[in-house]
Amino acid sequence: MSKVRVLVGTRKGAFILTSDGKREKWEISGPFFAGWEMYHLKGSPVNPNRIYASQSSGWFGQQMQRSNDGGQTWEPVGNKFVYDGVPGTHQWYDGTPHPWEFKRVWHLEPSLTDPDTVYAGIEDAALFESKDGGNTWQELAGLRGHGSGPKWQPGAGGMCLHTIILDPRNTGRIYIAISAAGAFRSDDCGKTWRPINRGLHSQYIPDPTAEVGHCVHHVAMHKSRPDVLFMQKHWDVMRSDDAGENWREVNGNLPTDTGAPDGRRGFGFVIDVHAHQPETIYVVPIKSDSEHFPPEGKLRVYRSRTGGNEWEALTKGLPQSDCYVNVLRDAMAVDSLDKCGVYFGTTGGQVYASADAGDTWAPIVRDLPAVLSVEVQTLS
Amino acid sequence: MIRVVLPTHLRTLAKVGGEVKLEIEGRATQRSVLNALEAQYPMLKGAIRDHVTQQRRPFLRFFACEQDLSHEPPDTPLPDEVASGKEPLLIIGAIAGG
Repeated sequence: MSKVRVLVGTRKGAFILTSDGKREKWEISGPFFAGWEMYHLKGSPVNPNRIYASQSSGWFGQQMQRSNDGGQTWEPVGNKFVYDGVPGTHQWYDGTPHPWEFKRVWHLEPSLTDPDTVYAGIEDAALFESKDGGNTWQELAGLRGHGSGPKWQPGAGGMCLHTIILDPRNTGRIYIAISAAGAFRSDDCGKTWRPINRGLHSQYIPDPTAEVGHCVHHVAMHKSRPDVLFMQKHWDVMRSDDAGENWREVNGNLPTDTGAPDGRRGFGFVIDVHAHQPETIYVVPIKSDSEHFPPEGKLRVYRSRTGGNEWEALTKGLPQSDCYVNVLRDAMAVDSLDKCGVYFGTTGGQVYASADAGDTWAPIVRDLPAVLSVEVQTLS
Repeated sequence: MIRVVLPTHLRTLAKVGGEVKLEIEGRATQRSVLNALEAQYPMLKGAIRDHVTQQRRPFLRFFACEQDLSHEPPDTPLPDEVASGKEPLLIIGAIAGG
């Protein structure tokens, strides 16, 4: 019998939600690391009981935790993130130079082949790698050093490297995304990098089509088609069919009530792909970059079965009035059961699940602290 | 023997219940006490002072004997009462809501 384990990071601790394959009855354990901001937890695809977690605090800084038993027990591992060489500067919000300063780990991406190898995306934006189970961390400095780093600037949430995607077919290829610098790709295991933002349009920077400076919120890929990428950008949903070389807007009929000054559709943070249908994607539209809650107070997941442009609102089981939560960039995930399960967490502390690919929804839990991240493990 | 009182979250992180007791070789200073504390509890490295700069994290303070020692140079001797174990060194997290 299959089993599903949902790893939830919140502003005040981590929670683990488990169910059998029916996904009807859930057991909730936690809080783990009560009182700490748990930005992200993610399990190794090679050894699902190996889970890495980012534990952060404004008082006590960054801690890293590792579990070898599926999250029942944890041990602290290395938390020393030191930029390679002289860190230099990036741009501050007002465009003046600002020194690179480590703040926290936003995202952890375990290797597809080795449970002891894991990547960490940090703020201020950089990519780190550990090859010893998280005990020590080394910067993949070619990213910050490729040339455009001094032009990067923070988004409202900080200059975070929030997305790391490992290509399952091409082991040297890594995609990352930074708010507000854009998307980048390496084809040599992280040694060298280049921006992949052609086709992105951002009216809030002096040159709307600049090589870098775009506020990319999240990127998703289906493992069967690693050259096809879907992006939730500051205002737009985008798609690339050539490994990020070119992007095109696929907002289509997403709701217009998003407050964009030029009528653009498609502001939001999360985006994910159905486990078995690589053209089926999910987003949660959010009203404007200044309000950050669902349009009309209706929490709606939008699903496209055509890889974008044609969207349907999924509302059954979700609040359709007086709902003013947000769904943050790492707070949606899918399982690989049949039918595909879809999960997302809100800043109001709800974790919603759909066991039928989004047709119907129900909360697994309603009153957690604000949810920062959701990851799902499908266990056999 | 030096007594150190940690804030709640660091006691949890270090898996200690009450005060921490440390043996210090030589003069008791903020630096020597923190060195000994981090040697005994490696998970506290980076949680009280920065890994590289060794600067006190900004939301933490060091109190002892009803004095704020936070801004003393790290090699200044701690009060005799702390060095003798009569009084603890208090590591305090700034009070804040949320």
